[in-house]
Amino acid sequence: MIELFFHLLVLAGIVFAAIFVYMERDLLSAAIATGLFSFLISLEFYILQAPDVAISQAAIGAGLTTAIFIIAIRKVGRWEGDER
Amino acid sequence: MQLSRIVRTAADILYPFILIFGLYIVIHGHLTPGGGFQGGAVIATGSVLLLVAFRYSELTGDLRKGWMKIFESGGLLLFIGTALAALLVGGVFFFNWLANTGSLFGIPVAFGPNPGEIYTAGVIPVMNLAVGIEVWGGLSLIVMYMMGDLEEGGERS
Repeated sequence: MIELFFHLLVLAGIVFAAIFVYMERDLLSAAIATGLFSFLISLEFYILQAPDVAISQAAIGAGLTTAIFIIAIRKVGRWEGDER
Repeated sequence: MQLSRIVRTAADILYPFILIFGLYIVIHGHLTPGGGFQGGAVIATGSVLLLVAFRYSELTGDLRKGWMKIFESGGLLLFIGTALAALLVGGVFFFNWLANTGSLFGIPVAFGPNPGEIYTAGVIPVMNLAVGIEVWGGLSLIVMYMMGDLEEGGERS
């Protein structure tokens, strides 16, 4: 029962993180929310008993991709839609 | 954009722990979940954390593109060299020529349930180490080239 509740919590968190990434206009917040999304996905992989994939997803998705997004945001500016 | 002192100090403190965790995943690749790719990605995440927290020009003493290129090529050469060395010993390509020999990683595996001995499995830990070094170099190089372009082209915000 507690496992099912935790599983549903993780799934709801994934959906909310994805909606937040779509709605947010601050690109830095959106990048951090993408990292949170990847972290929850890796937690989901762990719940579904694939710890190997979970480690890859946590390192690549939550770590490297977020870093690459942050570096790109340094280049293009922080807010969506403001043209120089 | 200068990141805050909190981020920089946290990156400084966390870096060795991330490094040790990644090396643990690499070297226990044949016993626990994870392996060369996962451990290498974790180590690369540590390097990238430093790169994001500091400027690239501040880090040229510790992390350099040249070293990462050497790591990437060296890891690949170690991998394929280990596989080709089996031909010299007398097996086929990728033959596990170190297992059960008593030398490096050569202890025979105990029968039945056991906690796992790290000096087993022959050639597999060596190849995990090679893949770990290669993935560390490759993934760090990707971010370093983005940072290098950023330093030349100037920043916004």
